[in-house]
Amino acid sequence: MPLETVIEIENLRFRWSQGNGFCLDIPAFEVRAGERIFLYGPSGSGKSTLLGLLGGVLVPELGRIRLLGSELTRLKPSARDRFRADHVGFVFQQFNLIPYLSVVDNVLLSCRFSARRRERAMAAGGSLHDEAARLLAHLDLEVALYRQGVTSLSVGQQQRVAAARALIGRPEIVIADEPTSALDAERQEAFLALLAGECLAAGSTLLFVSHDRRLAAGFDRELSLASISPACGEGKAA
Amino acid sequence: MTPLTPLLLLAVRSAWNRRLTLGMTLLAVALSVTLLLGVERVRHEARNSFAQSVAGTDLVVGARSSPVQLMLYAVFRIGEATHNIHWQSYRAIAENPAVAWSIPLSLGDSHHGFPVIGTSSAYFEHFRYGDAQALAFSAGKPFAEIFDAVLGAEVAARLGYRPGDQLVLSHGMGDVSLAEHTDKPFTVVGILAATGTPVDRSVHVSLEAIQAIHLDWQGGAPLPGLSIPAEYVRKFDLTPKEITAVLVGLKSRAAVFKVQRDLNTRSAEPLLAVLPGVALDQLWQVVGIAERTLLAVSAMVVAVGLAGLVAVVLAGLSERRRELAILRSVGARPSEIFVLLTAEGLFVTVLGALLGVALLALLTALLGPLVQAHYGLAIRARWISSDELALLGAVIAVGLVASLLPGYRAYRISLADGLTPRL
Repeated sequence: MPLETVIEIENLRFRWSQGNGFCLDIPAFEVRAGERIFLYGPSGSGKSTLLGLLGGVLVPELGRIRLLGSELTRLKPSARDRFRADHVGFVFQQFNLIPYLSVVDNVLLSCRFSARRRERAMAAGGSLHDEAARLLAHLDLEVALYRQGVTSLSVGQQQRVAAARALIGRPEIVIADEPTSALDAERQEAFLALLAGECLAAGSTLLFVSHDRRLAAGFDRELSLASISPACGEGKAA
Repeated sequence: MTPLTPLLLLAVRSAWNRRLTLGMTLLAVALSVTLLLGVERVRHEARNSFAQSVAGTDLVVGARSSPVQLMLYAVFRIGEATHNIHWQSYRAIAENPAVAWSIPLSLGDSHHGFPVIGTSSAYFEHFRYGDAQALAFSAGKPFAEIFDAVLGAEVAARLGYRPGDQLVLSHGMGDVSLAEHTDKPFTVVGILAATGTPVDRSVHVSLEAIQAIHLDWQGGAPLPGLSIPAEYVRKFDLTPKEITAVLVGLKSRAAVFKVQRDLNTRSAEPLLAVLPGVALDQLWQVVGIAERTLLAVSAMVVAVGLAGLVAVVLAGLSERRRELAILRSVGARPSEIFVLLTAEGLFVTVLGALLGVALLALLTALLGPLVQAHYGLAIRARWISSDELALLGAVIAVGLVASLLPGYRAYRISLADGLTPRL
């Protein structure tokens, strides 16, 4: 496993323009390839803001964000969108899926917006559908569900579909934002194990953000947002 | 840039997901388009049928009034003449060396609401309609005897007359007339083939017959105590004293302005000679105001339909903030979100326009014969005209512009929300 740096933040400073006093101030933060990071942050600590910055939908006031060697902060907005599509998979807290698409089409959504991930998925699975099916099977979803609408799935099933969407086409970075908070304890562990296992298989670096420290076991590193953003961890976050 | 097709596919599936609400707006747009195109088509067909009503006639001559009024009663058989012209004036026109033929017209009586035209055999010989087509008989022949009548196709069809049937004329126009010429019934001797012009709605008799049925009348009512039986009318001089109008064909069209000027200025009584084309243009100027008003009202209805569409798409937007955030997270650009939402409105507009055209075709097929029967207006099912196509294009263009609003709103939302929808 090469120890190249996948996420690198330097002297980052971000403040919401509404001026509610909240800010992020990260002197330095690094994640290396293949690492599984648990980032602890209670609600309101700026997790969403950090995710927005890493996803390239927010731009810091100062500082640099470098993903896979590309300086995100220097790219144009459309290039940041493309970078996100090609290299980053997201799993959110809940309601991760597009209600009017089937399970398979929700998984393939990532490939619709990224030619790179479409090609990589086809290379891995033979066809897009086969690769989606392979991932769904790995995530313990029955074949019978694939063509169904997503609204009939349980929350746990929905989160696994979302994980498959984040993983298809093997993006280098998977960012999970409280993906287990809507699950009961037992299912939380099962989901975590599946997600971590699939990230390992795909060679993706996992950044897992949660307010629940009990989930930190099994990660390579555990950090708290307050520790990487010491100067202004206080205040109301978005 | 993501290719457009998957994005549009996404828009279609999203629209299908909300098919009930969007379906209702689609229906509203479709109905408004049907109305708009319907008004345009009726307008077009009305103009067409007016323009078809007279062909080959160089001048229409009547008592001095307005050209539009003269055209209305002499050619379209709508309304009544305020004055007649003397027989001598007609003879002078007919004998003018520049005149090739003339058709005298005597109006004023009716039969079940259909106008009765007193005329001469020149009518069947020289009258032209459409693309200079001559009148043809579907049954029988022109009138020869004094109480013979030739019916237009629609009169015969509506009232169920066949050659040999008897009919009674009413004095004056209107469906219900108190004064009827019951003592002098007419016999149907001929039925004209359909022309799609006011001829279809006319009952044609000879000028002498008009004179004959009014022998014992004066001032629009039967003279009390005087009754001249039908068999004796031939003993009287049946040369008309007055007629209503004359259709004139010239030997040379080049002479038309000279003849017109002569008739307008040098006649023994005040006459008005008009060129049918010129008078029609004047008529359109009058009717044009009403037409434009109707079109404007239906355009407003379309605007209301499109406003409803925008409202529905905008209202759905707040429920779709999560969806937009998900699309953003997988790499959709704000501009693609913009396209997605704009496409939805445009999609409904285009479908609504197409459905509107289909509805219009259906309505034309179903109601066309009814309209023809009641208003004499032939509205045929046909492919959409270039004018209608232009209207459709305008509707779709306005729909596109209107759909930019939800598109822009979604764009703003996706920029503000990023990956985390604020709900």
